[in-house]
Amino acid sequence: MQHINVTVDGTSYEAEVEPRTLLVHWLREGVGKVGTVVGCDTSNCGACTVLLDGRSVKSCSVLAVQADGCEVTTIQGLSTGDDWHPVQTAFKECHGLQCGYCTPGMVMAAVDLLNENPSPSEEEIRDGIHGNLCRCTGYHNIVKSVQYAAELMGGRK
Amino acid sequence: MTEILESAGVIGRPLRRKEDAKLLHGRTNWTDNIQVPGALHMALVRSPMAHARIKKVDLSGALAMPGVVAAYDAASLGDLNANVLCVWPVTDDTVMPPFPALTGDKVRHVGDVVAIVLATDAKSAEDAIAAVDVDYEPLDAVVDMIDAMSPGSALVHDAAANNTCYVYNLGGGYADAAAKADVVIKRRFVNQRIVAGFMEPRAVVAAPMGMSDEMTLWSATQIPHVLRVVLSLSTGIPEQNLRIVAPDVGGGFGGKLQMYREEILALQLARHLGRPVKWNETRSEDMVASHHGRDQIQDIELAATKDGRILGMNVTLLANMGAYLQIITPGTPLLGMFMYCGIYKMDAYQFQCTGVFTNTTPTDAIRGAGRPEATFAIERMMDELAAELGMDPMELRTRNWIQHHEFPFTTAAGLTYDTGNYEAATARALELFGMDELRAEQKRRRESGDPVQLGIGISTFTEMCGLAPSRTLGALKYAAGGWEHCTIRLLPSGKVELVTGTSPHGQGHETAWSQIASDILGIPVEDIDVIHSDTGRAPYGMDTYGSRSLAVGGQAIKKAADRVIENARPIAAHQLECAADDLDFANGAFSVKGDPEKSVTLGALAWAAFSAHNLPDGIEPMISGAATVDPEDFSYPHGTHLAAIEVDTETGKVRVRSYVAVDDVGNQINPMIVEGQVHGGVAMGIGQALYEGVEYDADGNLLTASLADYLIPSAADLPSFTTDRTVTPSTTHSLGTKGVGEAGAIASTPAIINGIVDALRPMGVTDVLMPASPQNVWRAIQAAKGAGA
Repeated sequence: MQHINVTVDGTSYEAEVEPRTLLVHWLREGVGKVGTVVGCDTSNCGACTVLLDGRSVKSCSVLAVQADGCEVTTIQGLSTGDDWHPVQTAFKECHGLQCGYCTPGMVMAAVDLLNENPSPSEEEIRDGIHGNLCRCTGYHNIVKSVQYAAELMGGRK
Repeated sequence: MTEILESAGVIGRPLRRKEDAKLLHGRTNWTDNIQVPGALHMALVRSPMAHARIKKVDLSGALAMPGVVAAYDAASLGDLNANVLCVWPVTDDTVMPPFPALTGDKVRHVGDVVAIVLATDAKSAEDAIAAVDVDYEPLDAVVDMIDAMSPGSALVHDAAANNTCYVYNLGGGYADAAAKADVVIKRRFVNQRIVAGFMEPRAVVAAPMGMSDEMTLWSATQIPHVLRVVLSLSTGIPEQNLRIVAPDVGGGFGGKLQMYREEILALQLARHLGRPVKWNETRSEDMVASHHGRDQIQDIELAATKDGRILGMNVTLLANMGAYLQIITPGTPLLGMFMYCGIYKMDAYQFQCTGVFTNTTPTDAIRGAGRPEATFAIERMMDELAAELGMDPMELRTRNWIQHHEFPFTTAAGLTYDTGNYEAATARALELFGMDELRAEQKRRRESGDPVQLGIGISTFTEMCGLAPSRTLGALKYAAGGWEHCTIRLLPSGKVELVTGTSPHGQGHETAWSQIASDILGIPVEDIDVIHSDTGRAPYGMDTYGSRSLAVGGQAIKKAADRVIENARPIAAHQLECAADDLDFANGAFSVKGDPEKSVTLGALAWAAFSAHNLPDGIEPMISGAATVDPEDFSYPHGTHLAAIEVDTETGKVRVRSYVAVDDVGNQINPMIVEGQVHGGVAMGIGQALYEGVEYDADGNLLTASLADYLIPSAADLPSFTTDRTVTPSTTHSLGTKGVGEAGAIASTPAIINGIVDALRPMGVTDVLMPASPQNVWRAIQAAKGAGA
């Protein structure tokens, strides 16, 4: 077992974890952040995407011990209470989700994309989220959601 | 005649979804999130071989592992080992081999389940399955359907000679039609095997409830109501002791329209051990364990006159059942048998389908279920016939399709399409597409010998959905009915509980059903709570598949809401001191005819019916309305999809440059949701056309066993879509709606392949295997070059 100290959605957690524990499993089972989900076992789907020190990572491809000393933001920490992050607002407004299973990862990937590039083209958006799979929307409205989020965040005129 | 809905209220408006707040904030209740104290975790020992006799199973190693509480093979599971049920024997002599939750004699596909381990945590269970020792005696595997039917081939089931499950015939008269024809074309298409690819892997939690005999099963399923019946039939657990809950479900696409062995095992062992049992699959497990779909070899003949009138069609199918029959495995290809005529008039139609067992994962319904295969065949054949006749493919379609004034129209396959307007949908699609400019560009590229050629793909499709009239299902030997239920209750506060038998997993029923009830009852959408997917709270239902939820369930909502108003009417008359017939109902209130100042709201009546202090004689307290609606007929959405496809003739790479989808799904309750369904369906159909395909090697090993090997398209693989709708209301459904869940997936696959073939036809290419990967396209080009040389 190994000792870790990770800040998740603004709260600091101390834990003893098996070295093989994936960050996503620790988030779900150790901290109860079940808003972050697992969709595959080959790091292809991106459903488990969170921010690690502000950058998006697939939390299935990071060990919990690697997050020691880091700050993790999940979908549950993106906004508090009844507040909405502009990316969340945009996904609702543009019908960028259907079943919602890919959504936590897709939203976090979009947040990172817009931090990097506040005014992405359609091609840049499609390229930027290509590590996150969605089976419901055909991505059409996800692309629109990211474009609209960029507008809400002031990046797109 | 059902009118186009002209609603003053919320029907037809693109309301943003009620569902989204929790989904966007991660406040979700997926099955895997459910924690029950004391739960055991189940892991399954799956066969690494496609076909082998089980000589010995040794569980002792696993039982000695830390955390392991129990382990079973078929022998030690004994009477608890129940069967997965198939509810659709399509003929009197369909071979229906048993499908036990744990197999004892042989394994019949990679992923077949030999043993299970239960441990106090998931990792211990996972670790322990590696310690189960199974001795296999390998047998020859049959993977290819044609090989499987050859004399002398290994048998998947001894009871199925030549590995034949059934032979189904429909129609006839093709030989006479062909004898009169100027042109007969024959093609073989392979509609490859695909997976549903829902993003949420399956999961199950089964728990005994306190000291009672009741068991609750949470499952990531599309069909909690159907599941309750079949699990009861299979396990013998009395139905009334079984509560099935589908919590938040992350997509289904037919893949969760199933009774799975893991549901049986979790339920049986939770009951037997008196402890909750939890299982959730990995994605790699899903690839071998959740049912696959499509997988047909289609031999199609079309007979026509030289001016392009279709005389007859002959369809001969081999349909891969896989190793066992799941819930509707045999019937799935037959859901397409009425649709091979598509939107076209013809004199003769003849259909035969042979179901074939192989040593592969069982197949069953995936989005469209039979209709995508049928639509692919007819729409590809229309292009092939046009090429044969030297005719424009749209012109050929126009000459043969049912014209809008000819409805209702009974097709050669025997269905009566109630309405449609193929001319209108096509005209709109052509306008959005810019056909003339694209044909001009295609001509330029051909003349200049551009390495990137342009093709135009057409798909003018229809489908049958809104499953389904119960009598029709009975005639087809399907065990259940096709009705849907709704109960609407007015709460004392005037708010509404709408209980539906549909079971959404992304389709936005909570929003759309509220819109329907809101319009009829005059109660705001936000005051209507939609209850679903829990047999304890919503006892009656037939669930969600076959684009049926709105087409059938919507009618039940309308009828239940109308009954609420009628049940409230005598109370209103009593309060307003008038005859019941003298009341008008509008905007959520009754008013006296000719004296609109005298009125009472439904909300006020709800309180009056609750307090029951002053009800008229003979009227019972509380106001509700319930309805169970069996649809009069299927519904027939249609549309015209057009694709502009660029093909790099040097590399075989395909790019979808533009895609126009004009759909006619009748009246729309929420056009935003409709459009989302079209987008997702089109993407899934493009996935089949260009990217996806389950592949086995000759020994039955699954080569596409993870998302690293099976390509579900990403955002970078797809274009944006141009969508629109024409509105021709259904006349057999009380809301004039038709259903939209599958339309896109049915329409788009042939549009893409027709576009690729159109681009390459001058090079001699007449078909390309799906998925039309760069490799398959390049090979088609090289084969055509070879043939021409």
